[in-house]
Amino acid sequence: MGAMMAVLHKETDFVWRRRTTKKQVLIWISWLIGLSIVMFAWNVISEKTIWFFVQDAPRQAADIGSRMIPPKWSYIFELITPIWDTINIATLGTVIAMVIAVPVAFCAARNTSPHTTVRLFALFIIVSSRSVNSLIWALMLVFILGPGVLAGTIAIGLRSIGFCAKLLYESIEEIDETQVEAIRATGAGNLQQMIYGILPQVLPTIAGVGIYRWDINIRESTILGLVGAGGIGLQLNGSINTLAWTQVSTILLVILATVFVSEWVSAKVRGAII
Amino acid sequence: MLTLKNLTKRYDTGDLALQNVTLSVPDGQVLALIGPSGAGKSTLIRCVNRLVEPTSGSVKLNNLNLPKLSSRALRRARRKMGMIFQEYALVERLTVMENVLSGRLGYVGFWRSYFRKFPSEDVKEAYRLLDRVGLLDMADKRADELSGGQRQRVGICRALIQNPDLLLVDEPTASLDPKTSRQIMRLINELCQERGLTAIINIHDVLLAQMFSQRIVGLALGEIVYDGHPDGLTPEVLTQIYGEEDWSATIEKVDDSDESEIEE
Repeated sequence: MGAMMAVLHKETDFVWRRRTTKKQVLIWISWLIGLSIVMFAWNVISEKTIWFFVQDAPRQAADIGSRMIPPKWSYIFELITPIWDTINIATLGTVIAMVIAVPVAFCAARNTSPHTTVRLFALFIIVSSRSVNSLIWALMLVFILGPGVLAGTIAIGLRSIGFCAKLLYESIEEIDETQVEAIRATGAGNLQQMIYGILPQVLPTIAGVGIYRWDINIRESTILGLVGAGGIGLQLNGSINTLAWTQVSTILLVILATVFVSEWVSAKVRGAII
Repeated sequence: MLTLKNLTKRYDTGDLALQNVTLSVPDGQVLALIGPSGAGKSTLIRCVNRLVEPTSGSVKLNNLNLPKLSSRALRRARRKMGMIFQEYALVERLTVMENVLSGRLGYVGFWRSYFRKFPSEDVKEAYRLLDRVGLLDMADKRADELSGGQRQRVGICRALIQNPDLLLVDEPTASLDPKTSRQIMRLINELCQERGLTAIINIHDVLLAQMFSQRIVGLALGEIVYDGHPDGLTPEVLTQIYGEEDWSATIEKVDDSDESEIEE
């Protein structure tokens, strides 16, 4: 018996490797190509950099840092209105974006879109909204609407439509179709199927995406003032231009605190939804 | 009376799921449809309420030819066909009550259904049904809080509140343990008797099929290969439906469990 087992083992001497030799060589070659590209790019950047300035960087940074301390605390009172504007820009912009993004998402999702043409149009809206940064939207809107909070709000809204609609339509495409089927089988109409079969499944995503985008928009709206679209960025720009570094550090601290609070709020809300 | 005539379904992939199936189910009959996976059982019942569109053939329910109906008339016809699903297919994030009432969507307008303003008779009927299946206390629980057996009971209520003429049941016990499976099958059977319902029940389990139906139809590769009394399932017949296997144990067990069920 023992002898037989030994023979069997010899005959079934299995060798297992994760990849074939050909695949392994291909992987090595692609790594080589990737590394060469990185080294080439580094070379180009290096040629175009004035290294004297870079060597000087730690000293310059330390210099600005020392000028920033201590922050000018009394300046905070002048920041209350701008930070309030910033929060409003973010919140209103997100609300506008969500109101538009939800129907756009239903038109863009393969399983709920009424027609291919409608779907392509919805996808076009999503792509064009996403391809332009909110700062560039703001730049254009300041020209059209004049400087102020309105331009900032609409800029944030326009930029967010694509982001929210994309995440939403992907989630709509991933719903459990049998739940919808069950509602359809009762003789429910198309809109009823949407409200009973689909909406309950995507409602958590709608709320989650809205909160997530609001969180991002708080941060984005702090810089819109740089181009005159309202909010705390205006003060930041002014302070940097006048080399008022103690004011700059105060503004940065206020922004940090605001972002901190928005993170906390969105984490709480997200926890409550799921 | 449900009559299928030369019902054929070919999927876009080219798979022929049903070939010339002709079958008539008299009112009040509970029919079990057995057969191996892929035999076309699900396709057959879905061709009746047109969750799957038949390729050719006719499906007549009380002289209404279902495949020819306009989408509006189809919705009207679906109200009279309750369906019970394999994985329950409850809307997980809605409450038990909302799930049961969704069976009335075919009768209620859009805005009333949106605001959950169902007629009070519907709500009363929903409570009555939940009481009948023993889930009265669960009415306000969310569907995803329930166990498998409880979910399937909600699924049954949703189908019955439609006040259907026909019950289409697709693998009702496939995700349940043996005891719950029996309870669910017994419940479906009792409810069919109480209301004189016609039912087609797809089921994998030959024992359950024999225990809880008046007639068995065996489907293999999209064709009917057996149609007759539950007692007629001999080893030869099972081999014809499922293929070669030692069936003696399966059939012996039928007698055993039948007796123990009666003693209970």
